Amino acid sequence: MSELFRRDPRAQWIARNRLHPLHQAMDSGPIYGPSGLLRKNLHAIGFIGPNGLKRIDRSGASVDSGQGERRSSKAANAIVLPLHQVTQPAFYIMVVLDLVSGRLNGHDKDTLGLAQVLANRNQGGGAVVAVAFGELKDDSLDTAGVDRLIHLTGENYRGYNPEQRCSDIESLTLQLNPAHILLPDSIHGGGDLGRRLAVKLQQRPACGVWKLEDDNIVCRGSAGKSDITRPLSKLMLVLEECGEPISETRHQQQVIAPKQRGEIVNKIHDQGNTSVDPNAIPMAEAGFILSGGNGINDWPQFHHAASVLGATEGASRVAVDDGNMPRDRQVGATGTWVTAQVYIAVGISGAIQHMQGIGQCDKVVAINTDEGCDMVKRADLSAIGDSSEILARLVELVQNRRNSLERNDSLERNNSLEQGENHE
Amino acid sequence: MSNNPLSVTSLVSIGAHPTSGRARRAQQDARAVELGLKLVGDQLKTLHAGDLSQGQGFEPALRSYLGMGLSDIELLAMPENADAALAIAQYFSEQAPDIILTGIQAERGESSGMMPYLLAEQLGWPMVSSIADILSVDKITMQAQVLQALPRGQRRLVKIDLPFIASVDMAAASPRQSAFGPATRGELTTSNTDNVEDLAASQWQTSPAKKRPKRLKIVKAKTAADRFKAATAKASGGGGKVVHGTEESAQAILALLIEEKLI
Repeated sequence: MSELFRRDPRAQWIARNRLHPLHQAMDSGPIYGPSGLLRKNLHAIGFIGPNGLKRIDRSGASVDSGQGERRSSKAANAIVLPLHQVTQPAFYIMVVLDLVSGRLNGHDKDTLGLAQVLANRNQGGGAVVAVAFGELKDDSLDTAGVDRLIHLTGENYRGYNPEQRCSDIESLTLQLNPAHILLPDSIHGGGDLGRRLAVKLQQRPACGVWKLEDDNIVCRGSAGKSDITRPLSKLMLVLEECGEPISETRHQQQVIAPKQRGEIVNKIHDQGNTSVDPNAIPMAEAGFILSGGNGINDWPQFHHAASVLGATEGASRVAVDDGNMPRDRQVGATGTWVTAQVYIAVGISGAIQHMQGIGQCDKVVAINTDEGCDMVKRADLSAIGDSSEILARLVELVQNRRNSLERNDSLERNNSLEQGENHE
Repeated sequence: MSNNPLSVTSLVSIGAHPTSGRARRAQQDARAVELGLKLVGDQLKTLHAGDLSQGQGFEPALRSYLGMGLSDIELLAMPENADAALAIAQYFSEQAPDIILTGIQAERGESSGMMPYLLAEQLGWPMVSSIADILSVDKITMQAQVLQALPRGQRRLVKIDLPFIASVDMAAASPRQSAFGPATRGELTTSNTDNVEDLAASQWQTSPAKKRPKRLKIVKAKTAADRFKAATAKASGGGGKVVHGTEESAQAILALLIEEKLI
C-alpha cells in the first residue's frame, strides 16, 4: 500500500453538499482535507436554536450540543497525574508540616513545592519526606509532593508540646540524615518548632526564606525591610509562596516507621484554649463573623444572636452610615478586609465593595429576602426569608443544642459516678 | 528561694520605623517592658547589647525605654557585627532572674527571632513563644501561668516552670508612652564583654527588600473555551445551596455551623 494520500473527489463533493442523499451517511468518521489534515466538521457542531437559527454554545453549559457531551465525558474521566517515583533516595529533604486542623494549607503546599525543587535539582534523586504530627485528615498528600511520610500520633500530640515534637524530629534527623530540613515560617507552630530545632541541632537557620537562586537563598531580614542573600543552609524556615506548589505529578507517599523515640520531661504544660470575647478579636482575623446590613430591623436581636452564636459582629456600610453599628465594624473595601472561616451576611445584598472585603472568606451564608441579589450568588448557603424570624429560630436551635449537650454531659457524669459506687 | 521577690529582666533592642527606617523603640520589646513593669513595677531590669556610637539616633531610641519609667538600662557594649547571644547568655549565667522577656524578632539586622531560643538553650530554661500576658507566677511551686497568643485572636493557657524565657507578641498590652524627662534622666550602665565576631553573617549580602512578585493565577485549561471562561467568569460560590422557609433555613445554617465546628 502506498503512503500517498489519495483524494476521492466524489466523496468530497458529497461531504460538501449537504443536500446530497448520501451526505448524512458520509458524516461518520473523521474528514481529511486535500493535504491530509484532519478537518473539523463545522456542520456537525452546534444546535438549532428556538428561532430556527443555528447556535454554537462554547461555554459547555448546554448539554444537547455535541461539544458539550464530549467535554462532560472528558471531565468524568478523572485525570490521573503521572507518578513520580523515588525507589532509592540519594538523600532526603525533610518537611515538617503545620497541618492546621489536620489539613494541608497553602503554606504547607508551597513548602513541599520548594522541597521538591531541592530534591530534583542538579542530578536529583532525592526524596521529600514529610513529618506530620497528630491528626491527619488530608488525603491529597500524594498530589502535594510527599514521597515519604512519617506520621507521629498519640494523645500528647493533640495540644501544644513543642519540646516533644522537637526531640522527635531530632531523632528522625539522626535516622534519615536529611540534606535539608524545611519548615513553614508561620504562626501556626512551624516558626516556633523550627527555631527550637535549630538550637537543638546547633544549626544556624535561614529564617524568612522566600526565594531559591541556584545555590543561594534570599531571606527577609530586618522584620521584612531587607533582603539577605546567603548560601543554602541545612535548616530553612520558609515564607509563603517560596515555591510553586506541586500540581502536575503524583507522589508515592510511602509511610516510613520512625525508630524508637525517647520520652522527655516537659517543662511546658498545655492547659487548653481559653474562651475569648469574640468582639475583642480584631475583625481582620476573626474566624466567625455575623454581619448585619440594611435588611435588619431588630438590632438588639442581632446583637443577642451574635453573642449566642459566639460570633464577631460585622456590618455593611449602610448599617454603619445609619448609625446602627460603629465605624470600626464595617466590612468591605472601605472598612476591614476579613478572612473569616464562616461569614454570615444578614440582610446584606452585596455591593461590590462589600464583596471585595469578604473575598477571602471560606464559607459565606446569606440570609436575605431577595433571591436575586449578588450576596446570594456568592454564598455557599442562602436562606431566603425574613431575617429576624430566621435568626430567632437559629438562636433557639443553638440554645436547645447547647442545653441537650450539657444534659448529656451531666448524665454521663452521674452514670459514671453511680457505676463507681456500684463497684465499691 | 520562695522568700526572694520575683525578678524579671526585659531585653530591649533598637527598632526601625517601617517606612523611614529611623531608630525607635522596638514595638515588641516595648510590650515586653510594659509586661515586665506590670509584673514587678520599677524592680524591672532591662538589658541591651550593642553599640550606641555607630548609628544615628540610637541613644535617643534606647532612652525612650527609660522614658517608660525605668531607672537604668544595662548596656553590653559590643561592635555591630558581634554575636549578641553569647554575650547575653554570659551575662545571665552570672545573675539569673526568674523571667526573661524578649520580643519575637528584632527590627534590624538578620531578625531571625533566634535570640530567646539560643538563650534558653544556653541557660537550659524552657521557652514559650508569643505570649500575650503572664497571669500568675507562683514562687513556691516554681510555676507560672501564661497566656499565649494564637492566630485568629485565640488564646492558649500554658503552665511553665520557673525560671523561663518568653517572647512577647504584638497581642500583649500596648506600651505606655515614653516621657522625655525620665528618658533623659535615666542611666545607661555600660559594661564590656568579650567579642565574638559573627563570621558567617559577614559573608552575606544585604539589600533593601525587593517587592515580591504577585503569584499569577495559572490556568491549566486545555481548550480555548476553558481559558476564556477562567479569564472572564465572575467569582462565585459555585452552586451555592438555596433554602426557603424559616425552619429549613435555620436547620441548614445550624448544620453548616456544626460541620465547621463553631457550635
